[in-house]
Amino acid sequence: MPKSKSAYSVPTKKQKPDTYIFVVWVDNEAGVLARVVGLFSGRGYNIESLAVAEVDAAKNISRITIVTTGTPQVIDQIRLQLTKLVPVHKVAEFKRDDKGVIFKEMALFKVVGKRNKIQKCLNACKNFNPIILDETRTSAVIQITALRREIDKMNKKLKPLGLISTSRTGAVAMTRGAKIFN
Amino acid sequence: MPKLFTGAEIVFKCLEDQKVEHIFGYPGGAVLPIYDELKNHPSIKHILVRHEQGAGHAAEGYARSSGKPGVVLVTSGPGATNVVTALTDAYMDSVPLVCISGQVPTHLIGTDAFQECDTTGITRPCTKHNWLVKDINNLSKVMHEAFRVATTGRPGPVLIDIPKDVQFAKAKYKKPNNEKKLNGKSHNKFSQDQIDELVKLLSKAKKPIIYSGGGVINSGPKASQALREFVDLTGFPITSTLQGLGAYPGDDSQFLGMLGMHGTYEANNAMHDCDLLINIGARFDDRITGKIDEFSPNSKKVHIDIDPSSINKIIKVDLAVVGDVTSVISKINKTIIKNKNGHSKSNKSNIAKWWEQIEKWREKNSLNFVNSDENIKPQHAVKRLYELTKNKDTYVTTEVGQHQMWAAQHYKFNKPNRWMTSGGLGTMGYGLPAAVGVQIAHPEKLVIDIAGEASVLMTMQEMSTAVQYNLPIKIFILNNQYMGMVRQWQELLHEKNYSESYSEALPDFMKMAEAYGCKGIKADNPSDLDNKIQEMIDYNGPVIFDCHVDPNENCFPMIPSGKPHNQMILGPNDKEDNKIKGKGKALV
Repeated sequence: MPKSKSAYSVPTKKQKPDTYIFVVWVDNEAGVLARVVGLFSGRGYNIESLAVAEVDAAKNISRITIVTTGTPQVIDQIRLQLTKLVPVHKVAEFKRDDKGVIFKEMALFKVVGKRNKIQKCLNACKNFNPIILDETRTSAVIQITALRREIDKMNKKLKPLGLISTSRTGAVAMTRGAKIFN
Repeated sequence: MPKLFTGAEIVFKCLEDQKVEHIFGYPGGAVLPIYDELKNHPSIKHILVRHEQGAGHAAEGYARSSGKPGVVLVTSGPGATNVVTALTDAYMDSVPLVCISGQVPTHLIGTDAFQECDTTGITRPCTKHNWLVKDINNLSKVMHEAFRVATTGRPGPVLIDIPKDVQFAKAKYKKPNNEKKLNGKSHNKFSQDQIDELVKLLSKAKKPIIYSGGGVINSGPKASQALREFVDLTGFPITSTLQGLGAYPGDDSQFLGMLGMHGTYEANNAMHDCDLLINIGARFDDRITGKIDEFSPNSKKVHIDIDPSSINKIIKVDLAVVGDVTSVISKINKTIIKNKNGHSKSNKSNIAKWWEQIEKWREKNSLNFVNSDENIKPQHAVKRLYELTKNKDTYVTTEVGQHQMWAAQHYKFNKPNRWMTSGGLGTMGYGLPAAVGVQIAHPEKLVIDIAGEASVLMTMQEMSTAVQYNLPIKIFILNNQYMGMVRQWQELLHEKNYSESYSEALPDFMKMAEAYGCKGIKADNPSDLDNKIQEMIDYNGPVIFDCHVDPNENCFPMIPSGKPHNQMILGPNDKEDNKIKGKGKALV
């Protein structure tokens, strides 16, 4: 047993962490994002990506999608702590490999180079609905939608082909079929 | 056209409609319009403190002893930052507070104006919720919602930040809306199935224990009644956390005393060896559980709590009942009685052996200490204080440290809401201002702050408040010239390197009492301790009691870190465990 000079307990063996996606419906009011993000930082939870925007202007509701990692116990706590926040209406969470949920992220790639390189980039992206948003003789802005790890991969792959800037949204999620969260 | 009111008027109309009688506060530039309005509302009495932290703790003492929310009024900037400790304290111990803070005018927010700070930003992590009211039309709604948030579910502090221009602006006043907007946050939806399952566990248990906490106190006096009935019906032993003391009578034979780091031998061993653990309104705090992996290893665990996020946070439980303690326990009691009428089977005989075992642990008499004729032992002082005040309906607050643990161990509480201590945050300096708040709520009762000389110096200035309002609070200082708990840990864990834990230049508390205009009493001899305590009780006014105690006394029993409940260090009377040396020391 480790020697301890502290009156606090020593950390015990941990469970394996997993990646989860949280979807949180909140009142769209000042400070609400700070409350949600502050909860994560204050309690030592981790945020991999975050996407937020108003989804119902009449009811003034925003939808926040957070990708996080944690042990099942931590994930439980995140859900319960989020639910306690006053402006939070509803919280849903699912594992990243949940087949019943679509999980997408959008990325914008700026590629600078000759036509053939840009064309190569487009070809590389062809599975991810590439759209050219802007084009000059020496550059292009390509939009793709894909999974987080696919974008990670493309990001690496396009570097030698002239990728100079990447902007990405963070994941958003929606259930498949007719059913909705909760 | 309906009458328009200024923001300041709306604040008071809300307070009146929320039946607030006392507010604790300190004026300043950004709240002057609200202070200006005070004179028009005779039903609300303002208590002027000497530091905003004192206002916060006084409001906590007021809330915890009365069951009503405490209200605090402070100015912007330093006024708000000074109250942060008290808000955090209230957040940790689930005390309902409504704090109103002034803010610089809206057009100056964000410009680093004089006495500006980001109050809602600073207090976001230490309140249940907070609001910056930029539009006068939202003020009455926000005020009423603030009271609702603070007092419903698991109670806690809230803050309303009101810019000065909003205090001057005019709007219609809206009465509180009784229709509850719960936003999916109803926490009282347990089912009869869960209760039946629990009762089944009760009837099967051979080694049960009830572990009750501050949630019982927060649920109101009816919860304590229901708890007593429950303990009586089952015949189970009961232990309590620091915050739960008083929910069950401290002198009852089924009560095993407090559990946890400085809990009794019988309570901690019973927690370790039990086969059924029923947690009622407690949160498996780290001072309670000791080593998590070996916490109560062979028991089925039941957790009753109003806060769903408390369930499975630290200890995985087998049955969770989310609900208000009063309703849950009443339901359990009803079910037990109904079942008994069916087949009159009691399991009291099942647990006779368990009680025998508990009696054996009790024989250790783990709270004992070696008394002395020469100097006053702190435990002895608390025991004498208890004996001389137990027939009065006494309210006790404490600071934080050894004296707090001795008070918890040796002062027996028989009623809820009589014991106010800072448990979660462990705020030194809590007790004196809390006593001020308790005395405001209960002007005719005896209110004692059992204090340490180091803690009490942190908020000593509030003696001036006590004198101003003629509050006869008794500050009973166990003066050992050390930060006692720090000294104890340094002795046991850091090779007696008493780094900065001795107070070199303590003030003369007798002269201090004189300076504040209250009575000072000094005791340094065990033979006249009783007379001096009696003198303190009989004096009709605030008293500072300087009780010189043995500076080397340690607080036992104690669970060393990284140890489970059944491996406690006992006091000096227990010879085998007396030595904490060599290998043992590393384990402390």
